Formats: sequence, structure tokens, C-alpha cells
Amino acid sequence: MRKLIVGLFIAILPALGLAAGASVELDTMEPDHTNKESLQRGAALFTNYCMGCHSMEYARYKRVSEDLGIPQELYEENLIFTGAKIGELMKNSMNKDMAADWFGAPPPDLTLESRLRGEDWIYSYLRGFYKDDTRPLGVNNVVFDNVGMPHVMADLQGLCAVEPRIGEGASVDPLSGDVRNADICPEWETEGSMSPAEFNSAMYDLTNFMSYMGDPVKVERERLGMFALIFVAIFFIFAYLLNREYWKDVH
Amino acid sequence: MNKLVNWVDERLPIVDAWNKHLGKYYAPKNFNMWYFFGSLAMLVLVNQLITGIWLTMSYNPSAEGAFASVEYIMRDVEWGWLLRYLHSTGASAFFVVVYLHMFRGLMYGSYQKPRELIWIFGMLIYLVLMAEAFMGYLLPWGQMSYWGAQVIVNLFGAIPVIGDDLSLWIRGDYLISGITLNRFFALHVVALPIVLLGLVVLHILALHEVGSNNPDGIDIKKNKDENGVPKDGIPFHPYYTVHDLMGVGVFFFIFFIVVFFFPEMGGLFLEKPNFEPANALKTPDHIAPVWYFTPFYAMLRAVTVDLFGLDAKFWGVVVMGGAIAILFVLPWLDRSPVRSMRYKGWLSKIALVIFAVSFIVLGYLGIVPATAGRTTVAQILTTFYFLYFILMPFYTRMEKTKPVPERVTG
Repeated sequence: MRKLIVGLFIAILPALGLAAGASVELDTMEPDHTNKESLQRGAALFTNYCMGCHSMEYARYKRVSEDLGIPQELYEENLIFTGAKIGELMKNSMNKDMAADWFGAPPPDLTLESRLRGEDWIYSYLRGFYKDDTRPLGVNNVVFDNVGMPHVMADLQGLCAVEPRIGEGASVDPLSGDVRNADICPEWETEGSMSPAEFNSAMYDLTNFMSYMGDPVKVERERLGMFALIFVAIFFIFAYLLNREYWKDVH
Repeated sequence: MNKLVNWVDERLPIVDAWNKHLGKYYAPKNFNMWYFFGSLAMLVLVNQLITGIWLTMSYNPSAEGAFASVEYIMRDVEWGWLLRYLHSTGASAFFVVVYLHMFRGLMYGSYQKPRELIWIFGMLIYLVLMAEAFMGYLLPWGQMSYWGAQVIVNLFGAIPVIGDDLSLWIRGDYLISGITLNRFFALHVVALPIVLLGLVVLHILALHEVGSNNPDGIDIKKNKDENGVPKDGIPFHPYYTVHDLMGVGVFFFIFFIVVFFFPEMGGLFLEKPNFEPANALKTPDHIAPVWYFTPFYAMLRAVTVDLFGLDAKFWGVVVMGGAIAILFVLPWLDRSPVRSMRYKGWLSKIALVIFAVSFIVLGYLGIVPATAGRTTVAQILTTFYFLYFILMPFYTRMEKTKPVPERVTG
């Protein structure tokens, strides 16, 4: 009987690693939605570098300004370029049909990108561009082969001449405190304005922001979840005592 | 208060109904933890109905607006995220408790005479539940919603002669479209819940007519005291109502861990491709149904040979349908003189273990992409699944059973 019980519980929780398709090694990225400074820097990067082409049309500017602690006026002045009101959805003005002509496919909406592909994928992809003259835009990506997107942040990262090393992971040397493997590119075609470590940190912030956008209620949800569990635990104690009281005369 | 009850009771038999179904419904006193899952299934049903009603208030059942309206619920509707996660997690929880409830029935022979009708109503509930879950899964209008529905509806196309027309009739279009979404919405929120509730009432009425089985499989009505009350029975209320309250506590603890901390359950409860809107021109790399359908999906894929000039796909559909249909005749396959696994012989015990393991492993195989080796395993396990039923009349008859005690044991 024990075996049956164990077997059935295994049925409830089958293999959780279901990552299908991803054949490339990825760097790991642990999002932290409580780090508002990181999210604010990510929001600035996203607005300046991504939103020209990619919308976040399921989310509203106002929610972002509130959740990230950015004052509304500041947000309206610096982070809304389309003339939209702060309560509106974060759409952009790019015409989808024209965009399909320019890039082969219209740039996808990115509200839920982190839940579709995962934070590791985004963090690796953003750092995975390299020079490839066989491609129409002169660049390719180790995570997304034959990608239609240009290397938008080449002025920050620089352009890697060969395939960057993604999936080897940065590590901190325990003796010197130096970050190893931060420089994922062995040979640069052009240098960027940021050092490799700075760029990694910037892409962490951008990925963190996209992770927040995919699941904006996460911090609140987990906070409430603790209360819900404590409530149920207390409820169980009373249910248990009530049950024991009633059942003590059943033999 | 008493006067009011009397006033109503003279016009509607509420006291009678209360006594028949709760206050003087005598249930065996030896229920174990497997007996929580029936009342938990009711709890999840109520959860699905309530959260479902509130989701409907903000959902937009059109191909243009469905995906965005789900995100609207998740982001802009007050507590919308909670309603949606309670509903999506509830769907999986429903199947978890129903599978455990069914396994309890298999283990203790709860389908045997005189409970055949209870079992059949239960199977009908399971069938309607699968239709309900399948149609509900189309509503978010994500990539997996769309392509999952496409694959399943196309299965009907494998039926000779009428197949193509039949799948066209189900879809209402030449491919899954807004028309399909609208009709699935109507069926999901109106038609099937009504059928489901009706079947649940029948399931319980039939149960209360013949009385509950128990882990010993003993008929407690054979031993009654001078008042006609079974000696091993206790009134359902208050004994099992307070007992089930504990089960509710444990269930909600696990349920809330998923709802609040792992609502996607690693892609099992909410599949990742479903975070991309449905696109008829872009097929996902790997289409997998949600976990509760995967054992049957694995059986479908396990059939790879054409037979009698008919496509393997058709035989796959036959096997899949047969796997569910054969459950209906279970009460007439079991020829054992005893009900409970406790007193059946080792053949029955081994058969049940092999059956349960086969079902679980088939569920896993239905989630992962098929390879030649996995298909072979799925073929073997599908055979085991059917042998459990087909050989049941023989092994339940052949084996030596243990003597069943007169009174229930602890």
C-alpha cells in the first residue's frame, strides 16, 4: 500500500524540467523584483533601446511608475516618448506591416517575453550578438540563430568579432574578488562605451525589468501567499482539535 | 428559527433531506485518507464555479480580444490575478483529486455491486470534466491553446468517411478560429457545467441510496443495532464534516503553495508557449497537452501501425477512446468475491500496481517529445493498461482471497 501512495504522489509532481527546444547553453539570471533601483535602470534601458520597436501593450505606464517608485511627472517627461497618457497601455507607433517588411517579421510584443522564454534566455540573448557578414544586418546571435534583430546596444557593448561565450557563467575569484568570465568576447570588432562587467550588469537590470513586466504581481503575490498559508495552518489546528473532540467517542 | 424551519418543512422536505444526506446518513467509521478526495473534488468544483463566474465578467471571448483580456484580468482587474490562478490551478487540482478518488475506487472495489451506477456516473463526470478542461484551455487563446485544440479536433478527422466533416462541424470553420473560440466558451461556461452539476447530484444520490463502501469492502448494513443503525456506521454530520474540514485544511495548504508561489508549476499547469498569442501561421516546436491528458496522448502516439487499410492515427484514436471506454465496464470485469484490495490475492495487487505505474509513466511519456525508444515503452505500457482490464475476469477469479472479517477493522 505504501508503494502505491508514493507512486501516486510521484504522479502529481512529474518531472518539472520541461524546457523543450532550448539546445543552447544559457547563462543563469536570478531576477529580483524587490531591487527597485535595478528595475528603474532596466526600465530606462528598455524605454530607450527597445521600445522604439517592441511594445509592452498589455501593461500600463502608470503601474510601472507606481511599482518601481518613479514619480509620475518624472516618468511622463523621461520615459514616455509617444505622447501617450500615463494611464494608457505601453504601445508604440511602429506599423506592424511595415515592420514585417523591414525585419522579416514584426518585432514581437515583449510584455510576456520573460514567461515565454525565461530570464536566462533573455539575459543570454541580449549579450549574444556577434559580427556575421552573411546576415542582412551584419550581426547574428548565438542564442537565436539568424535573428532578424539588429544589435541595438552595440554602442554600449561593442561588437564582438566572433561568437561570444555564453553559458560558461561568470564567477568571482574567491581570493582576489575579481569577476572572471565577465568578458564573454575573446576578440572585439569595435569597443563599446561600457566595460564587459558594466554591460553584464546593465543587461541584468534590463532582464530584471522584463521579468518584472511578465509577472508584475510576483512580490505582492508571494507576500500574500505567506499570510494565506499561515491562515490555513491555524485553520488546520482548529479543524484538527474539533475533529479530535468529536471523534473521541467513536471506537 | 425552529418555527421557520417547521414552516418551510411543511412545504418542502428539508428536514428529511438533511437527515437522509447528512444527519442520519450512516457512513462506515473506518474511512482512511483516501476518502478525503470526494469531498475535495466538490470543493474544487465550487472553486471553479465561483472563480469562473468572476473571470467571465472580464473575459472577452473573441479571437481579437481573448489573449489581451486575460492579461487585462492579470494586470488591471482588482484581484484578477488571484481569480485566474485559482481557476487555472484549480483545473489541475480537480484532476489530481479526481484521479486519486478514482484510484481509491479501484483499490477498495467501490465500483462492485451494488455501486455500479455510482461508478458509471463518476466516469461520466470524468468524461465531462475532460471536455470541460479541454474547452477551457482554448479560452486564453495562447499558442498552446490554439495548437492543442487543433491537434485534438483533428483527431476526429481520423475517423473514416465522416471524420473530416465531423471535425469541421466541431470547429465550425476550416481551422480553429474565433468561431471555435465562441462555441467553446459557450460550452465551457454554460452547457458543460450544467451537465457536470447534474451528474454530481446523480453520483451522490446513487451513493446515498446504497451507502458508502469502506477500506474493508464490508457491507455495514448487514450488522445493525436495535434501532436499525449500522453498528459500524456513524452519522456523516458531524463526524465526517469535521473530518473533511481537516482534509480541506491540508488541501488548501498545498493548493495555495502552488497558487501563490508556483502558479505555472514549472510549465505543467500553465505551459510556456501559452504566453504567446495564438498564431495560425506559426506551429510551436513541440505540442503537448496539459499533464492530465498526457497518459491518453501517449497511448495515441504509441499506435504506429496501419491496420486493415486504415491509418495508424485512426487506430490511435480507437485505443485512446477504448482506454476511457473500458473503465465504464469495470464493475462487470471484477469477478472477485471480495471488494477490498486488503483481502484480494497477490495477483490483483500486482495488477493494480502495474496499472498505476503504467498510467503514471504514460503520463510522463505524453509530456516529453517522442523518440523511438520512448514509443516502444509507451506501446508496452499501453498493453499493460489494457491487460489490467482484459485479464481482470480471470485473475480475480483464479486467485486465493483472504477471509473478510464480519466487522470493520480500524
